[in-house]
Amino acid sequence: MNVLTAIYNYSDGILTVKLNGEIDHHSVRDIRVEIDRQICFYRAREVLLDLEAVSFMDSSGLGLILGRYTRVKENGGTLKVQNPGAAAQRVLRLAGTDKIIPVVFNRDEHNS
Amino acid sequence: MKKKLVNQTDFSFLARSVNESFARYAVASFCTQLDPTLDELSDLRTAVSEAVTNAIIHGYRGQSHGTVYITVKLFSDRSIIIRIRDKGCGIPDIRRAMTPLFTTDPDGERGGMGFSIMESFTDDLTVRSFIGKGTTVIMEKRLSN
Ligand SMILES: Nc1ncnc2c1ncn2[C@@H]1O[C@H](COP(=O)(O)OP(=O)(O)OP(=O)(O)O)[C@@H](O)[C@H]1O
Ligand SMILES: [Mg+2]
Repeated sequence: MNVLTAIYNYSDGILTVKLNGEIDHHSVRDIRVEIDRQICFYRAREVLLDLEAVSFMDSSGLGLILGRYTRVKENGGTLKVQNPGAAAQRVLRLAGTDKIIPVVFNRDEHNS
Repeated sequence: MKKKLVNQTDFSFLARSVNESFARYAVASFCTQLDPTLDELSDLRTAVSEAVTNAIIHGYRGQSHGTVYITVKLFSDRSIIIRIRDKGCGIPDIRRAMTPLFTTDPDGERGGMGFSIMESFTDDLTVRSFIGKGTTVIMEKRLSN
């Protein structure tokens, strides 16, 4: 059973990873490998981790985000967190992650 | 106002990561008896998830034959006490372990933020630990009226 899934969308050098479900230590393990594989495959210069559909996130989510951030940066790219919910924002702020990793809000109301 | 015990649950489960979500939902579900707000429930779920994850990955070092024990007590003054216990390896230096960003497992992509999250998402956090005996985390959350 995995309560976390990811949908990948690549266009114009930007890879959007839309996570859906709950991020905890159990659920990040498989998804982490999968996300890294996709980042590698697309050689994306920008990665957007979309958290809009994430209903729960604990410190394992911080680890997931920081780990991907480090990887992408090592390859000369950038990573941003997109549309985190209130609970995820609290965790990010507490860890000071929001000072290193840009958080963007883009509800995409017109295009969807 | 004198505080009276209204209800209590005790349960335990094997230290398997799949039980992390079970534990936080079981606790949250029990606590709904006190009509917490959605934000308060979300805080409880997150704090429980941190303590249970720590018991599984640090206390028992990922070996799933250990058992995690949880007690939840609901009180008449709308306070909740959650105790999460493992019989794992214990913490050599609790003060140090509770320092933000301190982790013994950076390779596992851990940021050392678990205790800080428990501290800020509840009203009181106590940690007791003995090397070779295990660790007990006690959290108190006082719900708004
Ligand atoms: N139940 C436990 N048994 C043994 N050691 C523990 C236990 N809980 C925490 N620790 C120790 O305390 C340290 C800090 O815990 P904390 O939850 O703050 O961070 P973390 O688990 O390392 O990372 P994160 O929670 O951010 O993923 C751990 O790295 C571990 O060494
Ligand atoms: Mg932790």
